[in-house]
Amino acid sequence: MNPDRLKNAGSKALLTVDDLRIAFPSRHGPVEVVRGVSFALGRERLGIVGESGSGKSQTGRAILGLTPRPGRATARTLDFDGIDLRHATPAAWRSLRGIRISMIMQDPKFSLNPVMTIGRQLIEAARRTSSRAESKDRAMAMLEAVQIHDPYRVFGAYPHELSGGMGQRAMIAMMLITEPDLLIADEPTSALDVTVQIEVLRILDRLVTDRGMGLIFISHDLRLVSSFCDRVLVMYAGRVVEEVKAKDLIRAKHPYTQGLFKCLPLIDGDRAPLPTLQRDADWAL
Amino acid sequence: MPLIDISGLSVSFGPVSAVRDVSFHVSEGESYGIVGESGSGKSTVLRAICGLTPVTGGSIVIDGETLEGPRKPDFYRHVQMVFQDPYASLHPRHTVDKVLSEPLAIHGFVDAEKRVERALEEVGLGSGFRFRYPHQLSGGQRQRVAIARALILEPRVMLLDEPTSALDASIQAEVLNLLDRLRSERGLTYILVSHDLAVVAHMCERLLVMQHGRAVEELTRAHLQAHEATQPYTRDLLAASEGYRPDPALRHP
Repeated sequence: MNPDRLKNAGSKALLTVDDLRIAFPSRHGPVEVVRGVSFALGRERLGIVGESGSGKSQTGRAILGLTPRPGRATARTLDFDGIDLRHATPAAWRSLRGIRISMIMQDPKFSLNPVMTIGRQLIEAARRTSSRAESKDRAMAMLEAVQIHDPYRVFGAYPHELSGGMGQRAMIAMMLITEPDLLIADEPTSALDVTVQIEVLRILDRLVTDRGMGLIFISHDLRLVSSFCDRVLVMYAGRVVEEVKAKDLIRAKHPYTQGLFKCLPLIDGDRAPLPTLQRDADWAL
Repeated sequence: MPLIDISGLSVSFGPVSAVRDVSFHVSEGESYGIVGESGSGKSTVLRAICGLTPVTGGSIVIDGETLEGPRKPDFYRHVQMVFQDPYASLHPRHTVDKVLSEPLAIHGFVDAEKRVERALEEVGLGSGFRFRYPHQLSGGQRQRVAIARALILEPRVMLLDEPTSALDASIQAEVLNLLDRLRSERGLTYILVSHDLAVVAHMCERLLVMQHGRAVEELTRAHLQAHEATQPYTRDLLAASEGYRPDPALRHP
């Protein structure tokens, strides 16, 4: 990564989000699915955990300006490296999306173009920041960087010819080929087997450590997030109910976070029945 | 004598062998787990037992009877299956009432009315859910309906194919508790397939680890908890289910 590209290198936050709200219209007036989320991200691994419907994915999409219509995202501050994302023009978005901010989706089956080879899709992404001549070399180098041992085969393959783990690596390669400063990974390993999952996370880990990329890791898996991230936001009903250091997640204070941890079955545990989560109406206030 | 005895089971789809020479047995009232990653053949074993997949080798014996070819209706009174995805396994245009009444009509039960009500109650859904469509239910509620549908014929064996992997952790706990309670109340026999070692360790007394269509090893819960796996693949699975470990070659600044 070219450090000159960053206007605000050093201790200052890469991304600042203050009072982010996302609302969808409904028959009974607008429904807010994200209600005042605020956080700052440096060059670190930030986890966002929560159940389905907690607003964690919508938060990730709003940072890229991808809130699906007719939803509307508003914020007091939405600042990426000195750029105000709230009033970004379509041209400004084009220069950010996929170049400085990238996103990895959950399932490679639905995010790769089924009628284009992996190589062509990689070159298409690489062409945004480098010349035609360079693009192919960079695509090959990137496939190697994500631990694909057989880059020539994968380069010429169509998505259906790859396994889930391979497809996800190819997608990570595509998202990282422009060397973004910020990567938003929305459940990047949920569709993968546990042993493959760790390999994919190691690739992300290496990129954060070596290149100083900022990573937002959205997941429902508490155990994974607590062992992988530096810092974790716990979301419930559209709000951040707790922010903790990842290694302290197991000692989290909020009853929701505690409840989520307790209801996980353990290999060493012998608790039948499992404690279930007793929801408190106050949490959603 | 075991209730379910599977020996040398093989299933091939053309040139692909999905299951190769798998043997295990399950006693009455036991809960048996099959763990493996995608493509390991674990679901195919369940489908073969149910007669949903043609068997190319080996034998399946349930209650002393060797099963071959299409199953008779009587078989499904005793053996029922719950599928992974409650969003896909319920007919979108059938109400809960219709989903639950259909197996009763097929098997000629007369007191359908009472049984539907009781089945809903047993899985923790009130009668208020009876005339709803699947899209009006949450994922956990749908999976409860799928369990009620399987239970309504009062089977002895339930084949559970990833019953909670599409659900949130808190909902998973509720469904696992429900399955546990039903088993102890009714003396059911379970075969539970999952990719999640923790779920299987919680639910099952014994388990089989599968990889690439083969049985890797059979373990008891005590062995698993003591981390006494003999095969490297099982140890990998155990390590992976404990969360992320950084690459030893990578030093954090």
